[in-house]
Amino acid sequence: MTTTTNRAAAMEDVFSDEGQASSLNLLGHAMAELADRHDDVVVISADMGSALSELRERHPDRYVELGIAETNTISVAAGLAASGFRPYVMAFAPFGMIKCAEQIRTDWAATMLPVTLVTRLSGLAMGYFGASHHAVEDLAIARSITNLTVMTPADNYATLGLLEASHQSAGPVLLRVSEATAPVYSSVPELEPGRFVRVREGNDLTIIGTGAGVGCALGAARALEEQGISVAVLDAAYLKPFDVAAVLDAAATTRAILTVEEHSEVGGLGAAVAEVLGRNGVATRFGSVALPDADLEVGVPAELLERYGITVEGVTRKAQDLLA
Amino acid sequence: MTATLTRLERDRPTTVQDLRVRADWLRLEVIRMIDKAGLGHYSSTFSCAEILSVLYYRVMRLDPATPDWADRDRFLLGKGHAAVGLWPILSDLGYFPREDLDTFGYIGSPLGDHPDMRKAAGVDFSSGSLGHNLSVGLGIAMAARLRGSDHRTFVLIGDGEIQEGQVWEAAMAASHYELGNLVAIVDANGFIGSGPTSELMSIEPLADRFAAFGWHVIELDGHDVDALVTTFADLPAPGSDRPVCLIARTQKGRGVSLMEEAPRAWHVGCLTPEQRDDAIAEISARMQEVSA
Repeated sequence: MTTTTNRAAAMEDVFSDEGQASSLNLLGHAMAELADRHDDVVVISADMGSALSELRERHPDRYVELGIAETNTISVAAGLAASGFRPYVMAFAPFGMIKCAEQIRTDWAATMLPVTLVTRLSGLAMGYFGASHHAVEDLAIARSITNLTVMTPADNYATLGLLEASHQSAGPVLLRVSEATAPVYSSVPELEPGRFVRVREGNDLTIIGTGAGVGCALGAARALEEQGISVAVLDAAYLKPFDVAAVLDAAATTRAILTVEEHSEVGGLGAAVAEVLGRNGVATRFGSVALPDADLEVGVPAELLERYGITVEGVTRKAQDLLA
Repeated sequence: MTATLTRLERDRPTTVQDLRVRADWLRLEVIRMIDKAGLGHYSSTFSCAEILSVLYYRVMRLDPATPDWADRDRFLLGKGHAAVGLWPILSDLGYFPREDLDTFGYIGSPLGDHPDMRKAAGVDFSSGSLGHNLSVGLGIAMAARLRGSDHRTFVLIGDGEIQEGQVWEAAMAASHYELGNLVAIVDANGFIGSGPTSELMSIEPLADRFAAFGWHVIELDGHDVDALVTTFADLPAPGSDRPVCLIARTQKGRGVSLMEEAPRAWHVGCLTPEQRDDAIAEISARMQEVSA
């Protein structure tokens, strides 16, 4: 019995982030405020309506529930966008992005329509529910889609900033929300498309994080500082367009680059950084903290993240190895 | 070839006879364009020639001079492979110059084998991946309701296309949201790429299926111009509460004997010069007969 109770308590991590309000509550509130500010915002839900009570109260006509039918939802949003609205689709990461990759490519990206997909429960946030609920390939798929802007907020403040930025985007956007984030910013950060945010200065090592990886990077940087290692931290809030200059600068100004992401090692942040280094003929020490290209374990998120080293401790160890 | 037809303006009283001739004019244009391009979709385009003719020259509220007019009726070609049938009409209505038709299928052309809304004027939405456009049309119909516009959204889908599951997600949502301003037209020509739907994946009973999803269903002969004209004229008001599904029973390759006899063979292809001339002669003779 004790074990069962403990595991149930651990599962609360899925829906509430350590040290801050849950991203679900935050997003519900943020979507309502976005609709307050912009008359052209319509929020479309694929069974995510329980998070949207504020919006449903204030703008019932701009909340569209389409049920457990993600592919239809994506294409319906395209139709609304073709008629002048700025639709926001809220969906679970594995189903909104991975299942609907073709609809997103064809109906949003090839058409260059201003639609935003806000995915929750990305990475291993639903790791307990099995391989079907892992979303660890979504960034690789999204990055390969021409015209799609890819945003990965590091924390709740970044989510607010990127959500507003998505409304200015000329074309489609994936906004991939991480669950297990630690606070990185103390207010909404300045975010510029295609530019990483410099979260921390340092001379020995640059750690580039995306999503929850930024909080891990920051924690590791603080731990490493105590050991006399000076670490710069960059937030890859935009994975596409990608900040090539920031990667080259990191290679030129620090001894090594380490990337951190709650995503497969195939096609995500680490792969993007390696591509930049390779294409530019830059030789530097490089390491990545990411999920292996292998069948992943099933379990509660905190235990899975620990298992795969996507934690402050895991990143710290990896950084030490890289610099050794 | 008859390039001599008078341009038929939208809102101009157009007789049933004019529209019949227009459908055959379209077949001739398609043969001409594919001949120049070297490859194209004939038989799926010929099955909907009358439908396209009646929609564009009689039914839809359009202003080619203002392609982005917010209150225009929308047309989505779900079965995007019939785009070669759209181009002559859009050009004739003034969306782009007739010379563009000669670029069909070549690099840099705005006119492809499937419609691209970013390239060709008059295309309300891109298509090519079957099963998407009914959902997109649903979004456009929803937007019309949100904006208080009384325009309709017509989506022409293939009967093979409705094997895609997404079509039924859209069918479910359209009736849930009571979108009487959404009109799906099923070009039921009975074939998918590799053979008859009845053998490969049955879609029947089609009318019962759409009715069970809450649609107002009308079945008719998709080559009967008279019936098409009457049916479109009698559509329930856009403000009504049930989406409309017209099941147009059609023949793949209609209008060219060679293709009527071997519809699957002429899904994608290019007529030999001899076949082309025979087809043109057959169609032209029929046009003269109708016009006489």
